[in-house]
Amino acid sequence: MDIVVMARALFGTSLGFHIIYATIGVGLPVMIIIAEVMYFIKKDSDYALLARRWTKAFAILLAVSIASGTIVGVMISLLFPDFMEIVGQVIALPFQMEIFAFLIEAVFMSIYLYAADRLPPTLRLVSIISVALGATASAILITDVHAWMNTPAGFRMLPNGEITDIDTWAAFFNPSFGVTAIHVTLSAYMTVAFLVASVAALRLMKSKITDQERAYHKKALMIALYFGALMSLGTAINGHETAQMLHEYNPRKLAAAEGLFETQRYAPLSVGGYTSLEDQRVKYAIEIPYGLSFLAGDRLDTEVIGLNEYPQELWPPLYVHILFNVMVGIGTVLIAVAFAALFWKLVLKKEFPGWILAILVVSGPLALLAIEAGWCFSCIGRQPWTITDVLRTGEAATKSKSVGFLFYLFMSLYITLLFVTGFVLRFYFKRNPVSRDLSSQ
Amino acid sequence: MEASTLAVTILWSLLFIYAMLGSLDFGAGFWGMIYGKSEEKSAAQIANRFLSPTWEVTNVFLVIFVVSVVTFFPYATTLLSSVLLVPVALGLLLLTIRTTFMVFQHYAGKFVGLLRVTSGVTGLIIPALLVSILPITLGGFISFEDDYPRLEYGELLTHPTLYMHVLFGLSTELFISAVFLMDYAKEAEDWDAYDTFRKHALWLGPVSIAVAMLTIGTFPEEAGWIVDNIEQNWLIFGLSLLFFLIGYVLLFLKKPDGRKGRARPAVIMIVLQYGFAIYAYGSAHLPYLIYPDLTVSDGFTNASTFYPMLIVYAVGFGILIPAFYLFWRLFLKDRRYLKQQ
Repeated sequence: MDIVVMARALFGTSLGFHIIYATIGVGLPVMIIIAEVMYFIKKDSDYALLARRWTKAFAILLAVSIASGTIVGVMISLLFPDFMEIVGQVIALPFQMEIFAFLIEAVFMSIYLYAADRLPPTLRLVSIISVALGATASAILITDVHAWMNTPAGFRMLPNGEITDIDTWAAFFNPSFGVTAIHVTLSAYMTVAFLVASVAALRLMKSKITDQERAYHKKALMIALYFGALMSLGTAINGHETAQMLHEYNPRKLAAAEGLFETQRYAPLSVGGYTSLEDQRVKYAIEIPYGLSFLAGDRLDTEVIGLNEYPQELWPPLYVHILFNVMVGIGTVLIAVAFAALFWKLVLKKEFPGWILAILVVSGPLALLAIEAGWCFSCIGRQPWTITDVLRTGEAATKSKSVGFLFYLFMSLYITLLFVTGFVLRFYFKRNPVSRDLSSQ
Repeated sequence: MEASTLAVTILWSLLFIYAMLGSLDFGAGFWGMIYGKSEEKSAAQIANRFLSPTWEVTNVFLVIFVVSVVTFFPYATTLLSSVLLVPVALGLLLLTIRTTFMVFQHYAGKFVGLLRVTSGVTGLIIPALLVSILPITLGGFISFEDDYPRLEYGELLTHPTLYMHVLFGLSTELFISAVFLMDYAKEAEDWDAYDTFRKHALWLGPVSIAVAMLTIGTFPEEAGWIVDNIEQNWLIFGLSLLFFLIGYVLLFLKKPDGRKGRARPAVIMIVLQYGFAIYAYGSAHLPYLIYPDLTVSDGFTNASTFYPMLIVYAVGFGILIPAFYLFWRLFLKDRRYLKQQ
């Protein structure tokens, strides 16, 4: 197969794999802080136990997260050397800062994990807060490079390929940095909240469960629902800003996301369906009149640029519309789920019946799916460019023929690791059931 | 000092730190495997107790090194990554297996045997892969085909210098980790483990020095330039050897309590030994990153990006110093951690 395609496949799979663990690695420490704080306020030892058990899961997942992060960090230089040549000159700063954020996370994670019993409570809290800050900062800084690839700034490229007029900070604060960083952070927090809700709901659905266990899992579920509702709402508001950023700085991508061919005012929003090249529209979609114009500029008569303004060879693949819809669709459903569940509990003051729990069980995996779809959309939607309008992916990629064989090798590694992590988590928590921890309190 | 020389000096410093930390990390994994099975030996426990909290930090230094290469020397990425794709990718693959299995063994105790062997075996293979990068930079193993660089595997895999480099890497790794773990065992007052690691340090020390000298003899013909430079740097290499000899003698000196070996001063001497050796080798390697295709100044980024990066390094390590201090207190000093059962 084509070397460029294989290089993209290898890097894409690596990133897709890493994203699962990285997202959890960013969100879970925040959940642990919440549990620690709840314990501090309410003096209810269930919260301390939640923090302890989440920490165990975090430690297991963090191992894979650090390892796969190392792979991604090194692999990007191996597979896209010409891209890194420009990165090294223009946007090296966030890469380097990221390492220090990562180092802070690693140092304090070891401290929190292996020395928690020897630390005074304040220092313990400082440790886990440092872990969370390190993880989030790390995500934001890496996202900065991603944002810069989408909306490059801070340099000029001469026709001979030479880079001049470098402005490091203009590159750092490129137009999409702010919204994208917030988007990645909030959506990671949201995803972990729903994953926690999933696990708690699954436990609550079991018929053989003591009252004590039930109370414990309910506390986990409620923390997750409050936090998830807040974060999913935040993600949606920020998602709207992201769309407006695209409208301003990267209209081609917005047009591909929405399957819009002709530039127009009063542009409709197409929900669902697929983009058909022959028909020049999105087929089988629900159309919301003026929706897209309103999203892009807060006015019904906003002019939205269509794909036909660009030569077809510069279009991203049209299926990005589906990826975009998966992300937005799941996000919207999850806001509804979180608020409906809270309404049920707080206003109607009723226990969750089985069917609500069942919906909550699938909410976590759905959120993870949305994260994957979002990253795929953002990266595939940038094609054929690696750095928008500056460097094509075909030019950036390695020419080494070994890429194909490495792809299959790493693919097997990732599949194995997914199973092994699942197995280790199951093994550990089966051996150390919550009932035993509860009775020993 | 020129900016590019400063950059490459920082790079060598990071390499030095990673060489030390990596030796401890991989070496501890290896000793953990060797002594893991025999129940009466506590050497494995000491090795694992050191490894558990430190591997993440060690791993970050590997990433720092790679990111520094790419960001300080962006023009070097094309050549480096084309040539090193396969060895580095294989290293990454093994490192991932090692990292995850090492952590998993705490949580899936039943499979501890399998996991321990993985950590021990990868503790030898990964350093071997990493150190095999060194001979590639010496010249003679890279050819160009339509301007595109290729590693000559046939040439490399049949050349004795590759195997001498690997042997050098492994004997060094095991020597450094044995001396360090000896000191770590002393802190934990575990005298069985102390004697075990001392015994290994005693034979590994002379072996590692002998292998290092023999390795220079196997350098490929194209590497005449660096052999000349090494001979010019004889004074610093001599100092390195002197530190080794002092350190080695310290392993025999009796303490007031009659126990043989002054572990802490020996560790310091061995660190100095390798510090001097690495800087001497590094300066002998100048001006080339890869002979003859890439020099340090060819690969260097522009000054306007370099100085902000220096500030990031200074601030970053500045923030981390208290964290490292706390880390050291908790895992390398605190008796409650060292002596736990």
